[in-house]
Amino acid sequence: MGSDYAIEADELRRTYRARTGWLKPKRTEVEAVCGVSFTVGRGELFGLLGPNGAGKTTTIKMLNTLLIPTSGTARVGGFDVQGQTREVRRRIGYVFGGDRGLYDRLSALDNLRYFAELYGVAPREQRHRIAELLDLVGLAGREKERVEGYSRGMRQRLHIARGLLHSPDVLFLDEPSIGVDPVAARELRRTVSDLASTGTTVLLTTHYMAEADELCDRIAVISDGRIQALGTPAELRKHADGFRVVEVEAYGVPETAVDALRDLPGVRETAVEVKGALQLLTVHSDAHVDVQGDVLRELAGIRLGRVNSREPTLEDAYVAIVSAA
Amino acid sequence: MRTLRLLAVGTLLHAKQISRSPFEVAIALVVPVVQATLAVYLFRSGGEQHRLLEAAVGAGVMGVWSSVLFGSGGAIQNQRWQGTLEMIMLAPRRPALVILPITIATGITGTYALLATLAWGRLLYGIKLDFAHPVAFLVAAVVCVIGLGMFGLLLAATFVLMRNANALANTLEYPVWLVSGMLVPITVLPAWTTPIAAILPTTWGARALREATSGGPVWPSVALCLAISLVCLALGAFFLTYVERRARAAATLALA
Repeated sequence: MGSDYAIEADELRRTYRARTGWLKPKRTEVEAVCGVSFTVGRGELFGLLGPNGAGKTTTIKMLNTLLIPTSGTARVGGFDVQGQTREVRRRIGYVFGGDRGLYDRLSALDNLRYFAELYGVAPREQRHRIAELLDLVGLAGREKERVEGYSRGMRQRLHIARGLLHSPDVLFLDEPSIGVDPVAARELRRTVSDLASTGTTVLLTTHYMAEADELCDRIAVISDGRIQALGTPAELRKHADGFRVVEVEAYGVPETAVDALRDLPGVRETAVEVKGALQLLTVHSDAHVDVQGDVLRELAGIRLGRVNSREPTLEDAYVAIVSAA
Repeated sequence: MRTLRLLAVGTLLHAKQISRSPFEVAIALVVPVVQATLAVYLFRSGGEQHRLLEAAVGAGVMGVWSSVLFGSGGAIQNQRWQGTLEMIMLAPRRPALVILPITIATGITGTYALLATLAWGRLLYGIKLDFAHPVAFLVAAVVCVIGLGMFGLLLAATFVLMRNANALANTLEYPVWLVSGMLVPITVLPAWTTPIAAILPTTWGARALREATSGGPVWPSVALCLAISLVCLALGAFFLTYVERRARAAATLALA
């Protein structure tokens, strides 16, 4: 690679235009990505973190040549994603999460053989490379079974093997752990981490905080199509500096009580997560104000479980960044 | 060499993927019986008992055409649904090399329709498989399948761009087999259809097979079918490169 960076994005924008109806056509425009700029060093594991609809997948698809940017430029491995498409494609792998993207009625071996041909893996190397990758992703021995009988975790591992067939310099992973069980997700993280340690540049999109925190050298938080913050996980955590978090497990909290918590002095944000019958109330407050007593007073008469006051995590920092956007 | 290998492996695996679809298998079992029956009763009622084999061959070519048409449209649409269209178009290959194996695979699976129609014609209606030029028939069948696959590539260019490719495929099935004279002679059709028929590879493929069945100059028809198909291949390759770029601009490679 000639460039210092594996990935360079400069003011990338993407607008989706749609037309509905024939007699009175209605045109709609959605600006999915609005001026995203960042660079990823060679061998770096870079995370793109954001809520659903933030523009993560659109950004990744512009970088891997599947979408043409409405404006802005991007280079991968020093090659322009618009003008040198085939050069870029030779050097990248793309893996996305979910059930799709594989030939279900073919075996894993057939899938890998076909993509090895498409990516120009030399015929004499194919057998060895496929065996090596099946071993890497733990599918050796199951390669002759049809993919339609695979679990989601197995499909995901096959996706990764497929993405690595041609030993790409840059690997794009678009929410690879979506819908994967915790054990398989941990395996997946280990594989991604091993890849990065061997010099492969990885761009990972996720909305799982723990995944980004554990894996990424640097993270860009993206929301509403814009990068809201960029830095190492430790640097991003600073966005929650000066915060304190109180978590309360409760049962049957009315909406009015949550509103009342929001109005307490020193409270910056509140969030409610429903877990079955349980509601987990998270109250972010200024660090110098002890709001725990006030919170419990507001919730008087409501059945409560565990109450916890703690330092903010990366997730809290992420919530703070996204909420401020 | 690598290109040929890609085409061969791609065609084989796409044929495998298509032939394992329960829907395709059901269609493949039922349609040839219907087509053989249609052909036989049509020609019997016309008092042309001696041309039953020709009718069965024509009906078989209809099956190949349906397979290519719905295969090309359906396969592109299926690939879009199953998320593989993006993955194959992302490969560092010319778009035509990625799509051509799909359309040839549909032609090959369609060959089954031709063989099954002949087999059912023999079993159910006792049609004698008495070909005037058996070797020429085999060559014509291969050329016809490859030619239709190349024609499919041209159609596929449209299907890559359109999210509702099936709508176009549905409207093309009957007009093309009618105009190509697969079952009904072109001479009974209005004169304005003649130029259209002349530029369709299906017309010459069907004619070559008919001539190999009942006697006649097979090779000129085979050559014309092949020549038009090669033009389709060149046009298809050109359009696919253009269309792939349009699809990336319009974001139609994926469903969302």
